[in-house]
Amino acid sequence: MLRFLLQRLLVMIPVFFGVTLVAFGFIRALPGDPVEVLAGERGVSPERHAELTAQLGFDKPLWQQYLSYVGDVLQGDLGVSLVTNRPVLEEFMELFPATAELALCAIIFAIIVGLPIGLIAAIRRGSLLDQGMMSLSLVGYSMPIFWWGLLLIILFSNTLNLTPVSGRMSFLFEVEPVTGFMLIDSLLSDEEGAFASAVHHLVLPAVVLGTIPLAVIARQTRSAMLEVLGEDYVRTARAKGLSPWRIVAIHALRNAMITVVTVIGLQVAVLLAGAILTETIFGWPGIGKWIIFSVFSRDYFAVQGGLLLIALCVMTVNLVVDLLYGLINPRILHQRS
Amino acid sequence: MSLLEIRNLVVEFATAHGVFRAVDGVNLELAKGDIVAVVGESGSGKSVAMLALMGLLPWTANISADVMRFDGQDMLAMSNAQRRQIIGKDISMIFQEPMTSLNPCFTVGYQITEVLRQHLGGRRRSHQARAIELLQQVGIPAPESRLRAYPHQLSGGMCQRVMIAMMIACQPKLLIADEPTTALDVTIQAQILDLLVDLQRQHGMALVLITHDMAVVAETADKVLVQYAGQQVEQKPVAELFSQPGHPYTHALLNALPERSSSRLLEAIPGVVPGQLDRPTGCLFNPRCQSAQALCRTAEPPRQDGVLCHFPRVGDDTASTQAVIEEGASV
Amino acid sequence: MTATSSTANISVRRQQWQEFWFYFSESKTAVAGLVFLLLVITLALFADIISPHDPAEQYRQFAEIPPAWMEGGQIRFLFGTDYAGRDMLSRIIHGSRLSLVAGCIVVLLSLSIGTVLGLIAGYSRGWVEAIIMRVMDTILSVPGLLMALVLVAVLGPGLLNAMVAIAITYTPYFVRLTRASVISEINRDYVTASRVAGAGPLRLMFVSVLPNCAAPLIVQATLSFSTAILDTAALGFLGMGAQPPMPEWGTLIAENRDLMLSAPWTVTLPGLAILLAVLAINLMGDGLRDALDPKLKRS
Repeated sequence: MLRFLLQRLLVMIPVFFGVTLVAFGFIRALPGDPVEVLAGERGVSPERHAELTAQLGFDKPLWQQYLSYVGDVLQGDLGVSLVTNRPVLEEFMELFPATAELALCAIIFAIIVGLPIGLIAAIRRGSLLDQGMMSLSLVGYSMPIFWWGLLLIILFSNTLNLTPVSGRMSFLFEVEPVTGFMLIDSLLSDEEGAFASAVHHLVLPAVVLGTIPLAVIARQTRSAMLEVLGEDYVRTARAKGLSPWRIVAIHALRNAMITVVTVIGLQVAVLLAGAILTETIFGWPGIGKWIIFSVFSRDYFAVQGGLLLIALCVMTVNLVVDLLYGLINPRILHQRS
Repeated sequence: MSLLEIRNLVVEFATAHGVFRAVDGVNLELAKGDIVAVVGESGSGKSVAMLALMGLLPWTANISADVMRFDGQDMLAMSNAQRRQIIGKDISMIFQEPMTSLNPCFTVGYQITEVLRQHLGGRRRSHQARAIELLQQVGIPAPESRLRAYPHQLSGGMCQRVMIAMMIACQPKLLIADEPTTALDVTIQAQILDLLVDLQRQHGMALVLITHDMAVVAETADKVLVQYAGQQVEQKPVAELFSQPGHPYTHALLNALPERSSSRLLEAIPGVVPGQLDRPTGCLFNPRCQSAQALCRTAEPPRQDGVLCHFPRVGDDTASTQAVIEEGASV
Repeated sequence: MTATSSTANISVRRQQWQEFWFYFSESKTAVAGLVFLLLVITLALFADIISPHDPAEQYRQFAEIPPAWMEGGQIRFLFGTDYAGRDMLSRIIHGSRLSLVAGCIVVLLSLSIGTVLGLIAGYSRGWVEAIIMRVMDTILSVPGLLMALVLVAVLGPGLLNAMVAIAITYTPYFVRLTRASVISEINRDYVTASRVAGAGPLRLMFVSVLPNCAAPLIVQATLSFSTAILDTAALGFLGMGAQPPMPEWGTLIAENRDLMLSAPWTVTLPGLAILLAVLAINLMGDGLRDALDPKLKRS
């Protein structure tokens, strides 16, 4: 198990440097004169240009620039936003809980709904129920989620007036940020109705963001179950005279989960990409909205930092998934040394 | 009264190219404590017939029979829930691939005690003790610690022993062993076979041994059932089968044994078992039969004296049979 | 090759095709997807003839006319008009052209680059493989849409750049698939036989190994085709893909977003077009996978 983890960590290192290389290259590859772009000043005099060049370290050879960039990154210095003049890392950390809360709720929604759907479909393979649920999940999988979000806003917010259009919390409440998770913070505060407001704000974005993962989880659970149900050990379980319920819930599910956990882990990257669209549509003050704003306002240090940090998030989650995978798979947990 | 009676068992599968008949008219009758061997090449429907009895075939299979009776109960008429009361308790089955037949996610102990819990109920503590006892019976050293082992930590032979322990846990009246040694090393094969025969004697259970190894048949079985392309071509007591093989296929199988080979080269049976798409007309064996005649290619053969053939062989091969039986016994 | 063996070859191939079609046509939904996709392709090919209006023509006096089936709708504008009085139906029909072309180009780019890199990685092993695979891991560690956004920020917004960016984010999947198949195939006897017979590495890779990896690649290509349409639309919606007044489906939704409440059809109809097109391709992809993957075939 330990060796398995170390192996995974070892693979992460080159990928981390790969990502820093991409982030570094991104700034260098920008169209136009990078010095002017990054300083946010146009038509500067040659003296000012030289000054800025030296300030940004652009006068040094490329490899030195990269090394000093990596050095800065390792010390947690991701540069300063050109728009707000605040450290990029600080901005990111401030906005991150909003995205984490949204993504977490989305994936929980996707698992709670998607997993049973996949299970039932596998058990009732070929039935009308199976066909109906799989067709629906394929619709979910094919959904342009930005449009799906707009559709739900039209329906629930404007026609039925059930949910707010944007944001995380009604302006009526002032909630002290403790954890950064609005659901928890609103419970911690004394404000009456703040929690309900937080839930109201969260429901639609979480459903929209969770739609594609839900579909993927349902479909993958079904196919993993079908594969497992064809294995020899399921035949053994049946030969033991066990009830179908027990065979599915104990013998098959446990094995199918090994694949499904990996699939769920892979959805994290999908979620973060989806967050860009979902947060834009629902005015959700998180990383996704921030990075779009940064791209449009040419705040390149923010984009660079965001790119790196989001990649780090994905890598961390992948590591956690590997760990989980090892924990539920006895072949890895109890490796013969 | 016989323990198991199967008459005219037919199993069909719906496939892309129409209906495929995997088992075609198999009869089997055995009493308590009998050892019956079912022999035939791969694809002759040996396993399918037994899986049909156990109710373990996929839903695409269509099973029918005139009679399928076990221990006085009609296996055809009973519900799935009723069958589950019998399966794993009174009839149990071990399989060809021990490594994949055990669930990789659960310990050996869990998988053995699960059977006990299912069929006997009762307390966990006593199941634990019984599991240790079973592992001892099947010859696994240090059974206490093996209970906590996962299948991937055991060798193929060990896994098969665990499977056997699991399947004799409820002292079944009938054990079906589906090529239990095929996937194992040659040295382990004999051990597992000896173990099965020992257990069979101790518990007085009936044993159906599916195999394609004629030497194994000679060594263990009382009665032999030869199957070809889903059809039962011959059924005889073992000594008689070896001395007077009635069907040309049985004869050819026996001639493929090294002990019976008269020349320096082993005699092989040319060709393969016909599949779904290349079934011949007339006798299914005719394309590979050395003594096939015009009639064999057009008309389906009758069953004469238990032999499914137009022209059953008559005559005695006693001398060479004796050699095989002795050879088998000395293994 | 003798005449008999070549005819035997043809009949084998025909039998394989028949078997494939048997499994594919067994799924009614897959056939439905195929039929709908063929319809969309026809619309895209003959957009100029089929669409009732010029997609850019602004009928100023007919702005925000609802679809024909709604109150106040006109049969002239079957799907209604947008804020500038442009015919939605014509814009959607012309949009299908952009989406299909974008999907095709993305798949062709990522499939060809990915397959070649995967073959090289699987065949060469060693440090070449390590470098290729770590680069792919790097691309994969950044969520696809974000990677595409960053690439478009460098390249500049536009449909072509969006396609290139999306293609880059899809490449790793093809590399991984190809490499895995190559590694599992390369030790098979038929490859050894071909090597012993004197086949060079290129012949070995493209003639012996590649056709045997084709099934998963075809399935992945189909899936990529549908997600490429989605991602192109998403970039268009964010303003980083096709630029107005191009009638790209995502761009259509973005430019009509302000009319979402007053003229909802300008948003719902293009979105429905995306959904249906993507759904049709996915239905077909499912059928393809079931027909090509022998493991999932019924026994």
